[in-house]
Amino acid sequence: MTAIEVIDGGLLTTVQDLGRLGYQQYGVPVSGAMDGWALRAANRLAGNDENTAALEITLVGPVLRFDGAGMIALAGADLGARLDGRPLAVWQSSVVQRGSTLAFGGARDGCRAYLAVAGGIDVPVVLGSRSTLLNARLGGFEGRALAAGDDVPVGPSPDRSAAAGRRLQPDTCPVYGHAHTVRVVLGPQDDAFTEEGVERFLSGTYTMAPQSDRVGCRFVGPCIRHRRGADIVSDGTACGSIQVTGDGMPIVLMADRGTTGGYTKIATVASVDLSRLAQAAPGDRVRFVRVGVDEAQALWRAARAHLDRIVRGEASRAPAAGVFEEDSGAPLAASAYAELADALAITPRRGGPPSNVVRASMPGLVISVAVTPGDLVTAGTPLIVLEAMKMQNPVRAPRDGRVGRVLVAPGAQVEGGAPLLEFDDAEPRRN
Amino acid sequence: MVPPPRLLPAGDSAIVVEYGEAIDARINARVRLLQDVLAAGDHPGIVETVPTYRSLMVHYDPTVLSRQALEDLIGAAAGALPDASRESFRTVEIPVLYGGDAGPDLADVAANAGLDPQAAADLHAGGDYVVFMLGFMPGFPYLGGLPAAIATPRLATPRTLVPAGSVGIAGAQTGIYPTASPGGWRLIGRTPVRLFDARQSPPAMLAPGDHVRFLPIGRAEYDAIAGDVAADRYRPHVRVRGNDP
Repeated sequence: MTAIEVIDGGLLTTVQDLGRLGYQQYGVPVSGAMDGWALRAANRLAGNDENTAALEITLVGPVLRFDGAGMIALAGADLGARLDGRPLAVWQSSVVQRGSTLAFGGARDGCRAYLAVAGGIDVPVVLGSRSTLLNARLGGFEGRALAAGDDVPVGPSPDRSAAAGRRLQPDTCPVYGHAHTVRVVLGPQDDAFTEEGVERFLSGTYTMAPQSDRVGCRFVGPCIRHRRGADIVSDGTACGSIQVTGDGMPIVLMADRGTTGGYTKIATVASVDLSRLAQAAPGDRVRFVRVGVDEAQALWRAARAHLDRIVRGEASRAPAAGVFEEDSGAPLAASAYAELADALAITPRRGGPPSNVVRASMPGLVISVAVTPGDLVTAGTPLIVLEAMKMQNPVRAPRDGRVGRVLVAPGAQVEGGAPLLEFDDAEPRRN
Repeated sequence: MVPPPRLLPAGDSAIVVEYGEAIDARINARVRLLQDVLAAGDHPGIVETVPTYRSLMVHYDPTVLSRQALEDLIGAAAGALPDASRESFRTVEIPVLYGGDAGPDLADVAANAGLDPQAAADLHAGGDYVVFMLGFMPGFPYLGGLPAAIATPRLATPRTLVPAGSVGIAGAQTGIYPTASPGGWRLIGRTPVRLFDARQSPPAMLAPGDHVRFLPIGRAEYDAIAGDVAADRYRPHVRVRGNDP
């Protein structure tokens, strides 16, 4: 494999490694994978070094075609991946053939999936990293998210057979769900808040807001009051710093955060639980639980050690002879998927009766409606533009048909799964 | 006299070494000295250090370096800092076209100070500034040393687009936007020089601790320098000297 052809970019698909370290003193954000643990896992499964560049795929996946045979691995969110139409398991390596197409049916668990390819995504290294920093258009694939027509270069891979059939044991694969417990270390400015404010922060339930993006996860919930005010003379930020602005709402600073900030920071998310936040989608509920520094470090060391077991083979299954090459690898993937689905208690989506209702795939803001009742549309026609996570995402017609009622108007805030529009395939009325 | 720093946890992989809570040249100098001393030690496990106005953030890898070991190391370094007044520094000259389209807020800054625009520009260009920190966006320098007369609050409503090279004032601070961005600083002029270039090492023209002098230029000179910058021919004027007389 030398390249991946992008047929559809998805909601937000970017090239990321473990980030751009060493340049924060010049004001350059770290960026890198939001869920660094899942990226490390994907790379280990594909036989790469942990810091190899991969694709970070957000909620609505892309459609990708591989120009040659190779080894890939998915980790992180289950976005309903299908390789040449057959379900492809997360947390395991799989062989792809020349012309194989990877597509995603929709988010089933989690928010961000990582697609590692043996040999890595081979975009130019900028300031020591291949990560994409979107707001500065730095690094990655031309500094931007992938779009239809892109040819994403893949680096040379030595012997891909070594990683064949590698996988995380199903009982150790993360299950994300929609309610998250996130461990935090108080500080550096917890003394800037009232006792009641800290108590509310640690006992309340917060809902992730649709404005969340790679810069920060924003939350709405119980107000956290400051003693004197929200502003401080700027100091440094860490990945996971929880700043509280004047309105008393927490923002967890993530991969693309600014290197410094002028708001009080009540606590910092433990490294081990940055994964949780990266996998939380708008609308998910989060509770923050206090731990000490030493405990947070022990948890992180344990999480990293679990990755070592992939390479040492304890978390993997030895490949059956000839499993990749002669066999396409896809049947293996499919059977492993069923096992995984059992372990994770996920019910695979089954085809029900065709629905006349088009629903929002995630919570968001309706930006525009491109059709009016009576319009004839073909499958793939953009119907409505929905903004979520600061990205504008077209909702497309799932099939050919006639637009019936439009249930939302621009400016409406909708929940995930909310009906947006109905098809009306009855005979057109004659006036 | 700057008191010893406070060590504050910023999660499991960073420590804030806080010398104070104010914008103060002596505090900032301690921060940068500590950064230099830690860098010279080349300690495994310290990932990077980020100086700000008043604190040094030390990012570390807890799988390599324990919190206690790092705190001991920072304590030892902070207790043996050299004398800041002996530090040598660079002075970088930044050419600026003041006022007009390049500095749409110069008239407001001048009016706020009870000056005419030329006098306000002269006052700004006459200052000796120190880069206290870089932040906000790649290569953005926060400069201390603004003459108090022209200190001006931020715009009530930030601009949606500030052109690259804009020189601005926010309260007692002045700074330069390296790339186009939204922003609320009062814009008094523009420099044609490139403050951030990812192809260079280091990528930012200015580093914490550098001194900056602004050189007023006219439109023709601005265009000439802009041409050199575009052709990668421009070299900034830099002097290096110590504080010793």
